[in-house]
Parts: sequence; structure tokens; C-alpha cells
Amino acid sequence: MTDSLQAIAPARRWGKRSPTPVEPAKRVQFDRPLLPWLFLLPQLAVIFVFFYWPSAQAISSSFYLEDPFGFGASFVGFDNYRDALGSVEYRRIAGFTGFFTVVVTGFSLGLGLLFAVKADKVIRGRSSYRTALISVYAIAPPVAGLMGMMLFDQHIGPFVKFAGWFGWNMQVGINYWDTAFAMILVSVWKQVPYNFIFFLSGLQGIPASVREAAVIDCRNGFTRFRTAILPLLAPTAFFLLIINITYALFDTFAVIDVMVKDKPANNPITLVYKVYNDGFRGNDIGGSAAQSVILMIVVLVLTLVQFRWLERRVHYG
Amino acid sequence: MKKMLAMTAALGVTAQAAFADTTQITWWHGMGGANEQVINQIAEKFNAAQTACAITPVSKGTYEEALASGIAAFRSGEQPNIIQIFDAGAATIINAKGATIPAEDLLTQNGYTFDREAFIPGIRFFYADADGKFIGMPFNSSAPIMYVNDEALAKAGVAAPKTWAEFEAAAPKLKEAGYVPLVASQLTWMFFENYFSRNNVQMASNDNGYAGFDGTELLATQPELLAFWTRVKDWHDKGWFGFYGAGWADNQKPFEEGKVAFWIGSSGSFGGLSKTATMPFSADFLPYDETAKDGNKSSFIGGASLFAFSGKPEAENKCSADFFNFLTSTDVQAFYHQATGYVAITTAAYEKSKADGWYEQHPQAEIGIKQLMLPQGEWSKGYRLGFYPQIRVIEEREFNKIFSGETTVEDAFKAIQTEGNELLAKFAKTSG
Repeated sequence: MTDSLQAIAPARRWGKRSPTPVEPAKRVQFDRPLLPWLFLLPQLAVIFVFFYWPSAQAISSSFYLEDPFGFGASFVGFDNYRDALGSVEYRRIAGFTGFFTVVVTGFSLGLGLLFAVKADKVIRGRSSYRTALISVYAIAPPVAGLMGMMLFDQHIGPFVKFAGWFGWNMQVGINYWDTAFAMILVSVWKQVPYNFIFFLSGLQGIPASVREAAVIDCRNGFTRFRTAILPLLAPTAFFLLIINITYALFDTFAVIDVMVKDKPANNPITLVYKVYNDGFRGNDIGGSAAQSVILMIVVLVLTLVQFRWLERRVHYG
Repeated sequence: MKKMLAMTAALGVTAQAAFADTTQITWWHGMGGANEQVINQIAEKFNAAQTACAITPVSKGTYEEALASGIAAFRSGEQPNIIQIFDAGAATIINAKGATIPAEDLLTQNGYTFDREAFIPGIRFFYADADGKFIGMPFNSSAPIMYVNDEALAKAGVAAPKTWAEFEAAAPKLKEAGYVPLVASQLTWMFFENYFSRNNVQMASNDNGYAGFDGTELLATQPELLAFWTRVKDWHDKGWFGFYGAGWADNQKPFEEGKVAFWIGSSGSFGGLSKTATMPFSADFLPYDETAKDGNKSSFIGGASLFAFSGKPEAENKCSADFFNFLTSTDVQAFYHQATGYVAITTAAYEKSKADGWYEQHPQAEIGIKQLMLPQGEWSKGYRLGFYPQIRVIEEREFNKIFSGETTVEDAFKAIQTEGNELLAKFAKTSG
């Protein structure tokens, strides 16, 4: 932490021309101290309006119990947090969210990598394979959810009929785990192409000389992949891991919403959906704000852990 | 091209001239499909009938989405003039005094007379305050009724049941004839709220919540209710009751396809069902529980009503009043009732539909209104419970668990009672 502070400190002396070129050439000095801020302003404004301001609002609302129409709010301290964390239902949803995130991230990354490695080896017709795999990414999450809803429909769903041939009486919307299965399948299917694109470009960025050297050193293809290719893909994989966790936690909302047909009943939902359900459908603003703050803290901790612990193992070539 | 531009400009000018002395008002609602078409037709009729006001209906998705959009809009000062709020959300908006202008006041302040007695009895209480003053303007009112697959009845040789005991007698024959005897959409409305009203059982303390929010508790573990649900669970186990999840359409679909003998739906489903059903169907009252001491009472009014948001200019409020008055006119009511199957809210509109011979052609369309005109019990006037949309979410979850075998009937209703009461206590605090 102290290292980074020291690195930032000289930058504060913008505008002061140093008479001797002692400082490294990397540190650009600006004549006009305000100009860089001016360039940053649009971005900062966007972050402020769409992130800091709403976050501050959420934090303050989470300590109040508020009438939905905004006529009166009474301070309740940590009651909203206590209500959320003390509820059996909330903990059950948190448990499912964890499970869902791990499974969706795992399968999306695993399948994306598998397809990328295989597509990297194909020579004839490679572009058509790639286009076919990538095109799924162009589908918007609600549309993916709609397709999932139809595929798994109790009355007309082809997947339900297919499962029936194997003696699986699939009841999406009634049976908790059947619905979970359908949601995970659609969410993974939607995310695989994204990972595929990045892994493929990562693989193509590995120099041929390294690959050739690896072939000389090791005959076993899998060992070669594990010891030479995979470490070189680590920066891509690390980036994708963060993106995929965020996807599973937040962006799957539309898929879930469409698949439970906005009546979750006893179907699995994630924490984000619960925030929406309580806040927008239940009009419980304080409770919903407290839940979103909890979620913010979870993401903050997760990101810190990833950058502090995982990134150290990543080698940027 | 130039000519076209000039023409467009000219058109724009004339259009503006026409709009210059027309007051624009907006109406947000939660209707889709066939019912949204009818709403648009009503707006067109209103706009054609006079020139002072023009109303624009905007669909905000489902009932719940309409309520949420309305709240968000009100908080940011962008509220529409009129909003449609569903039965379960009534307590939320009625409790927010100052957010709306009571429909009765709006009309009388703008020079109209308001006669509570003109409305059919079952409708007078649900959207009114404790003194009987109409806060919301009843619009699409419905009753949960039983649709009957005539083919199934003929094949099995049974009659439509009046009580649940009669259903139990008919069910084995229907099952043998290859039908799912009974399916119901939205069990929260059909088998929970309206169990209380049809069978005259108290739903919540404090006079079903009308006497105030403080200390109001849900009475979800009433022995009559538990006994009834134990029967429902038993029907499900025997294959007499089909459960296809919490979604409305998932449960309606098998009936449309002719696979189900009885489907409990809304009287407002009639318009859509007459287009989609693949077999002849009739309708009857929602059966009542023969074991209840004082059953066969009127059901709660379902559907939604219209509320006029406050904070709008006088001229616009005048237009909202004009529109409310237009809506209750006998012709419009009769048109709406006949086009959708929603209940005619005024006695005059009911009489007109009778005179039109509408019920001779469509006897199903009269069931809902007849059910609402049944004698009212002490507990069938309505309920006023805060955060009720959220309580319904809990009910849906627990009902689902009952049918998937994850919980027992008793535990499910205990959970509804406990979690529901937590929400009610919270609501009492917000309104305090």
C-alpha cells in the first residue's frame, strides 16, 4: 500500500517544471494543471451520477424505514440489516446465489476454454466455427431467458419432452432444482461465447516460438497445455474470472426474471432478484436498500480478495 | 422530399392548433393483450366524445410494475394523472394520504354528483376508507369464478359442483374420463383471500385491517382454512387437482386445451378465453366450503381501480374528473363489461346488459356479477393489509412447497402467518 502512495505522490506536483531531468521520463508533466481534470470530467461525472450518488442514497435509505410514497421515514438503525440477515429465507437465497455463481462461473469458463482450445486447432473452416460460437453472445439476456422459458415450458417445452424420455419428470417452475438446472443451463450457454472470444484471442497471442519450444520439451499435449499454455493465458483467465463472477451475480437477473415469469414462488432466485422483488414489487425501500448494501460489501470483499491474493499469482508477460 | 417536409410541417402546425386548448392527461395501467386493446378503445371513445381533454393510456406492464412505476414517478414528481392499482396494492396507496385525491372528492369538486348507491354492493367497500368514501374509482372489477369444460362434464356424466364436497364426488369420474378435474390460477387470490370471503372467515385482526394498521395481524392459521388446504393437498395427491406453478397462464393453458374439467379463473378472463378455448365452456360460482358455519357469501372484489394522483394542475384534475365520470356512464360500463368480462360496476350498467340480451348469449359473463351480489358476510367486504404484494410472494412460495412435498400444510400456513405479520408490523411502523 505504501509503495503505491509513494508512486502517486510526485504526480501531485503537476505544473511545477523541474529544472533538471532527474525524474524518469515516464512521468509526464503537464503545463496546465486543470486540463487533465477537464478530460477526466465526463467519466467522473458518469461515475458520480450512476454509482457514487445512488450508492450513497442506498446506504442512507438502508437505515430508515420509509413509507413507499416518500411521505415519512423513521430512523431504525441496523434493523433492516438485522431483518435481512436474520431471515431464513434470505440465507437460503444467499446460499443458492453462492452455489449458482460458482457453478455458472465454473462451467462458463471451463467450456469457453475448451471450445477456444479446440477451435484454435481447427484449420479448415475455422472462421465459420468461430462465428457460430460467437454469435450466441449477440443474444440479449432477456431474449435468452425467453428462449429458455420456451425450451423448458411445462406444456410445450421440447427439453421437457426430451428429459421425459430418460424418465425425468422435469417441472420447471414447480420443482426447485429443476428450475435451478434450467437457469444454470441458460446462463452458462449465454456466457460461454464471451469467454470463448477472450480465450481464443489469448491463445492466438501466444508466440509460435514458445509453442514450438514446448513441443520440443514435452510430448504430452495435456502437460504442455498445463505447464506452458495455461500460465500464459493466466491474465486473460483472471480478467474473465472477475467478469464471470459479476455476470453470475448481477447480469443473470434478466434470465431469472423471465424464467420465473416474475412470480418466483418457491423457485430459486439470486440476491439481486430479491433486492428487486422486495424493493420494486414489495415497495419495501429500506429493506431492499439494506440488501443492496450487503451485496455491495460482498462484491467489494470479493474484488479485494481477487486482486490481493489471486492477482499475485498472475504473470503479465 | 421537400414537398413532403413542407406537408409534415403544415400538418404539425394544424395538429398543434387543434391541441392548443386541449388539456392532455395520462393514464398508466397494468394491462396487456386483449384487455389493453379495450383500454385503448375506451380512451379513443373519451377523446372523440369531447374536445377539452385528451387522455393517453400507457401500459406499464403488470399490475405490480404499474404500482412500482407509479411510486417511483410520484417520488420524483413525474406522476401521471391517473394510475390503475390492483386489489393487493390498495392498502399501499390508500395509506399514502396526500398522494392521491379521493375519487369522490375529485368528482364533487369538479361539479359532478357522486352516488355511492349507484355501485353494486360488493364494490362499495374495497377501495373506500373506513367512512365509506371512495378513494379509488372502481374500474376493472372481477370475481374469481369457476369455468367449466362442458365436454368433460358430458363425458363423465357429472354436474358442476356448488360445494367442495360435490367436487369431491365428481372428481373420480372426471379423472376416469381422462381429465384433470380441477386447476386454479393464482391460488393466493382463489384459495386464500377468497376462501375467507366466500366462507365468511376472518382474514386479519382489526376488522380485516380496516380499523387501522397498528397491531393488525394476519389470521392465516384459521382451522377452517387449514382443513380446506389439507383437502386440496389430498386432491393433488390423488390427481384431482393440477398445480402448474405460480404463473397465471401456465394454469389456464391446460383448460384452454380441453384437458381440464374445472378451472378457477377471473371473471375478467372471459373475453380472452372465448377466443382461446378449444371447447365449449360455461361458468359457475367459485365453490364454497360446506363445512363452514356461514358460507356461500360474496367474494372479495378483485381486479383494480383508478386513483388520481395529487400535485397536478387544476385543469388536468378537471379532465381526470371528466374521465372518471365518463367511465361510470352506463354505456361505457356496459361496453367494458361486455368486451372484457370484468364485472359491471354500476347497477345501471348491469341492467343495461340484461336489457341488451347479453347474458342470454353469454350466460358465463353474468356469473361474476351474480357472485358479487350474493349476501355479504361480516368478512367478505374486503381487507386492508399493508405490504400485501410481498405477503402474496410468501404465500406463493409456501403453496409451491406444499405441492412439491417440501412442507406440510400446517407449517406452510404458520410460515405465512409469521412472516406476514413481520411485514404488517413493519408497515404499521412506516405509516406511523
